[in-house]
Amino acid sequence: MESETVTNWEPKILAFLCNWCSYAGADLAGTSRIQYPPNIRVIRVPCSGRINPLFILKALQGGMDGVLVSGCHPGDCHFLSGNYIGRRKSATLKRFLEYLGVEENRVQFSWVSAAEGVKFSQVIQEVTEDVKKLGPLRNFVKK
Amino acid sequence: MIQEKLREKAKELLSKKEVDLIIGFSEWTLPLRTTPVFIRTPEGTESLAWNSFCENNLATYLHKFGRFKVGIVVKGCDARSVVALSLEKRFPNHRPLLIGVPCQRMVDRKKVKKAVKGEILQAVEQGDLLVVKGEDFEVTLKRDDFLYSVCRSCTHRTPNQADFLIGDPVEEFPLDEAHPDVSEFEGKTPEERWGSFEKEISRCIRCYACREACPMCYCTECFVDSTRPKWIEKSLSPSDLAFYHIVRAYHQTGRCSGCGACERACPMDIRLTHLTQKLNQEVKDLYGFETGIQPEVPPPLSTFHPEDEQGFIK
Ligand code: SF4
Ligand code: SF4
Ligand code: SF4
Ligand code: FES
Repeated sequence: MESETVTNWEPKILAFLCNWCSYAGADLAGTSRIQYPPNIRVIRVPCSGRINPLFILKALQGGMDGVLVSGCHPGDCHFLSGNYIGRRKSATLKRFLEYLGVEENRVQFSWVSAAEGVKFSQVIQEVTEDVKKLGPLRNFVKK
Repeated sequence: MIQEKLREKAKELLSKKEVDLIIGFSEWTLPLRTTPVFIRTPEGTESLAWNSFCENNLATYLHKFGRFKVGIVVKGCDARSVVALSLEKRFPNHRPLLIGVPCQRMVDRKKVKKAVKGEILQAVEQGDLLVVKGEDFEVTLKRDDFLYSVCRSCTHRTPNQADFLIGDPVEEFPLDEAHPDVSEFEGKTPEERWGSFEKEISRCIRCYACREACPMCYCTECFVDSTRPKWIEKSLSPSDLAFYHIVRAYHQTGRCSGCGACERACPMDIRLTHLTQKLNQEVKDLYGFETGIQPEVPPPLSTFHPEDEQGFIK
């Protein structure tokens, strides 16, 4: 563990972005040339309500150090209630993982609209910082 | 007494053809145990039993008898499972008739076995006492010292939504604070919690008895069996074991009645109930929901409220 110095280790973070908001927010950040850390790998989903908790677990098991799920703000979901349903799944899964000893910041959630390029970049910065502090995921990952 | 009334009611329902089938408990060859029975004739009801070893959650069997009109003997927890299943529209043809017995809390036979030396050949209940006999011993134990821990913290012993209640409702009070094992687990550091979780499930042989025993695990294809997508390898690696146990428990969110059937079914004595009890606590805390209490309230993960907790979202 010691040999892996903090300086050369970069976390891998999987970001599930809703097509109708956060994905477009990421696009806006890109076209506006707003910088954000290159640690995220993006998977576009039709709605944050599409997230099956198994996706999140599978990402962690497969070697991701952190997972972010980002969807439309409350009231703005393209499918009206997908993000509300997703919110309950997220809240319960998050608490359950913490109960089992998975650190609080490994799995994070955000609302980012298509107009929020700046917020998108901030969220990615924050999540990357948080996961960096935690270090590589060692417990659950399949060796 | 309860047993006689139970037989009478079952007999009446079968004679009047109000049900095709009664699912209940019967004594069988082993002491400290009962076996599920499936009775189709009025005479058959003589085999029905009621005692402190009626621990199974019989709601598990309902899935096999969807075409029939079923009468089922239920305790508090079993009734809650039936209510939860009914909310999930599992009974499109006939909702089962619930023959509820207010529960005296069930005896954990493993605890009894530990308390005596030698093989137990006979066990008889006498009021609050349990007389246990073997080849060369006979001991009298206090029944209440040998209860299942889920039963000790149970606060819903009188079956909810029962069509018939055999005996009087009991006063609802827990013997122990709610889920002492959850609070104990929570007292550890995150690192210790994962360590203890991983250690506990390291004995798991992936027999899936915990899944089979649970009335809420009725999917025709479980995520562990799915090959497209393949969620999980058929291995005993610590990671796959954790994956199985996290998801089995998480799939019970807002659905588990806390009956403890999963843990009792486990041949490796793995502590499982605290996982779903924790989730039960979460949905109660977040959404004020308790499984199988209100027959009209949709399961918490199938609905929402615009004002739901979202402090954790950036
Ligand atoms: S959990 Fe409650 S209702 Fe169920 S067997 Fe135990 S005491 Fe009885
Ligand atoms: S998860 Fe266990 S305690 Fe919960 S309903 Fe299923 S068998 Fe009962
Ligand atoms: S019953 Fe026990 S050994 Fe079998 S799969 Fe469940 S936890 Fe594992
Ligand atoms: S469409 Fe974006 S969260 Fe539902």
